[in-house]
Amino acid sequence: MSSPTISRRVFLKASGGVLAGTLAFASGPIALLAPSRSWAMPLDNLSSRQGEALLAVTRQIFPHAGLEDAVYAHVVKTLDRKAVEGALLTTLDEGIAELDRSAGGDWLALDDAARLEHLAPMAGTPFFEAIRGDAVVSLYDNPLAYAHFGYEGAEGDGGYLSKGFNDLTWLPDPPQPEGGYLPFEEPTA
Amino acid sequence: MAMTDNQKTFAHDDASVVVVIGSGAGGGTLANELAQQGIDVVVLEAGALHTTADFLADEWASFAQLAWLDTRTTSGSFRLARDFPNLPAWIVKSVGGTTVHWAGASLRIQPHEFAALTNYGEIEGANLLDWPLTYDDLAPYYDRAEQRMGVTRTNDNKGLPGNNNFKVMYAGAKNLGYSCNTGHMAINSAPRDGRAACQQRGFCFQGCKTGAKWSTLYTELPEGIATGHLELRPESHVARIEHDDSGKVTAVVYFDAEGNEQRQQARLVAVAGNSLETPRLLLNSASTLFPEGLANGSGQVGRNYMRHMTGSVYATFDEPVHMYRGTTMAGIVSDEAGHDPTRGFVGGYEMETLALGLPFMAAFLDPGAWGPRFTGALDQYENMAGMWLVGEDLPQESNRVTLNPDVTDRYGLPVANVHYDDHPNDIAMREHGYRQGAELYRSVGARDIYEVPPYPSTHNLGTCRMSERPEDGVCNAYGQAHEIPNLFISDGSQFTTSAAENPTLTIVSLAIRQAEHIGQLMRQGEV
Repeated sequence: MSSPTISRRVFLKASGGVLAGTLAFASGPIALLAPSRSWAMPLDNLSSRQGEALLAVTRQIFPHAGLEDAVYAHVVKTLDRKAVEGALLTTLDEGIAELDRSAGGDWLALDDAARLEHLAPMAGTPFFEAIRGDAVVSLYDNPLAYAHFGYEGAEGDGGYLSKGFNDLTWLPDPPQPEGGYLPFEEPTA
Repeated sequence: MAMTDNQKTFAHDDASVVVVIGSGAGGGTLANELAQQGIDVVVLEAGALHTTADFLADEWASFAQLAWLDTRTTSGSFRLARDFPNLPAWIVKSVGGTTVHWAGASLRIQPHEFAALTNYGEIEGANLLDWPLTYDDLAPYYDRAEQRMGVTRTNDNKGLPGNNNFKVMYAGAKNLGYSCNTGHMAINSAPRDGRAACQQRGFCFQGCKTGAKWSTLYTELPEGIATGHLELRPESHVARIEHDDSGKVTAVVYFDAEGNEQRQQARLVAVAGNSLETPRLLLNSASTLFPEGLANGSGQVGRNYMRHMTGSVYATFDEPVHMYRGTTMAGIVSDEAGHDPTRGFVGGYEMETLALGLPFMAAFLDPGAWGPRFTGALDQYENMAGMWLVGEDLPQESNRVTLNPDVTDRYGLPVANVHYDDHPNDIAMREHGYRQGAELYRSVGARDIYEVPPYPSTHNLGTCRMSERPEDGVCNAYGQAHEIPNLFISDGSQFTTSAAENPTLTIVSLAIRQAEHIGQLMRQGEV
């Protein structure tokens, strides 16, 4: 007789996969945030291969050369969560199957250019739109993406008054009064 | 302690109160102004009470917290109908209304813009009309609004300090011979009125956590409550306005937080639900006496919907900008705001700094787009500067808020459908703005230029416009309905034309003027 814990583990293994990878840029801003270079993400509804395929599709839709797979994995994670709805799971499953069919077997085995060649004609399909529509939010709405693209997010909550709101130096500083005054600066004009 | 905890309350059958629907720039200001005169007011606000401590420095999470997300539908040729078919407007459902979200730009409508028909002439396809009041009529109330809101560069309030995005705009403006400064902003440049100076957070759209930006949430509403003449009822979604056999309004029916129907009797009703919900409410209040909806004898309720000519220009540079740091809109060029038909269009537009965080930049840069051109822009996010173009759009009878008979809200009420087609004048102005914006940034060495289409609209105007003659509009120069003497329109729906300027300062000025007028009418026993 198995314990409930083991049953759950067996269940997870049967129904969901794992998406894993290694950071490509050891010295990038994301490496500074990550506890280790290797990362792994369990999937509840998608298989490992479906996860890999969706990550690769997202990379084609929103190609950022230097952006880690670990950030693209956010998209797979939200799609996996949403795929608890059977309809989306079916859409994703059928889309991946269509890519494989179009590629004559294994779309993931193709190089970048060939992957795009088979994906591009699917633009506008429910499969493509489900991924694009999710990714345009989930890819760019996480701390790793903020670090990569140079957005400080909630770090700005305390205000940039003494943290660089006007630290641009490659243009001349506008004169006063046009350029305004700091809170405790007396107007001079 | 919530500001509503110890407030004066009024009985539902108290027929002596004024009911104000909405607590934003129009409703919140009007309610306080009435309360200051000793008039008892009940404010019904559809949204919940969120305080400054609740505000989130996270674009999507804040959007979920504050935005009006109840279903709306769209039609017409404007691009939003395709990209965001259920989100024609980016406005707020929360106490304080869209004054929680606004960026603070506080510009007066120019004298010639009050007489658009006279100055622009008849234009095919447009339903132009002069306002029934002039700039001089409103000027004293602009003075009072600027004083109250602490608008910078008025009343000895110094200008806000320019951020990095401003520095880029300023340099380009100078190259083009434009004048540019950090604008007239209802944002404290120094501590004032018990509120802090701007800390340059850059989350103006997500609610100002320090209260430096004027919002009725922490100015007008608590001041009104403190008089003992104002009761604020959050989470009160108004369904319809009732009237008696003589055609005077008598009560407002709403759903409370638990979804129970309530009826508040009223001596007078002022509607300030934003230019989408205000006409929807009047249309949903149709009766045997008013079969086309309240105050709609002219057929103009819901028509002439304006959303301003808008668009954005973003540009990337070799060096970092970090445009998201600091006050979002404190950078204004007004040189194109005049009326100069030699440019190929009537009316004008403002250029104002604008920045979005990374999440919203991705969402709004080019909705639906994918591939390298799209990602190339985001790859340069750190080195990007941006501006918003906001100009006069022309009223058209067919641009219109109607009831959608096929879609109802959770209370079973038909939702608003927003129909909008750009007028050729709007398109010509947008193209001019894109060109000038691009030119401005190119003069500073821009690498790539991105012309970004209009966002879901925050400036919704004109759907219950004021007019001299009852057949041309819905209300008179005081916002009083032509057909119903104790019914007032108190938000941007009153605007006869949109003018180029951000509308909040004018909405507040009209509300102050309206409050004074209502007080007089009540004292004279006329309403």
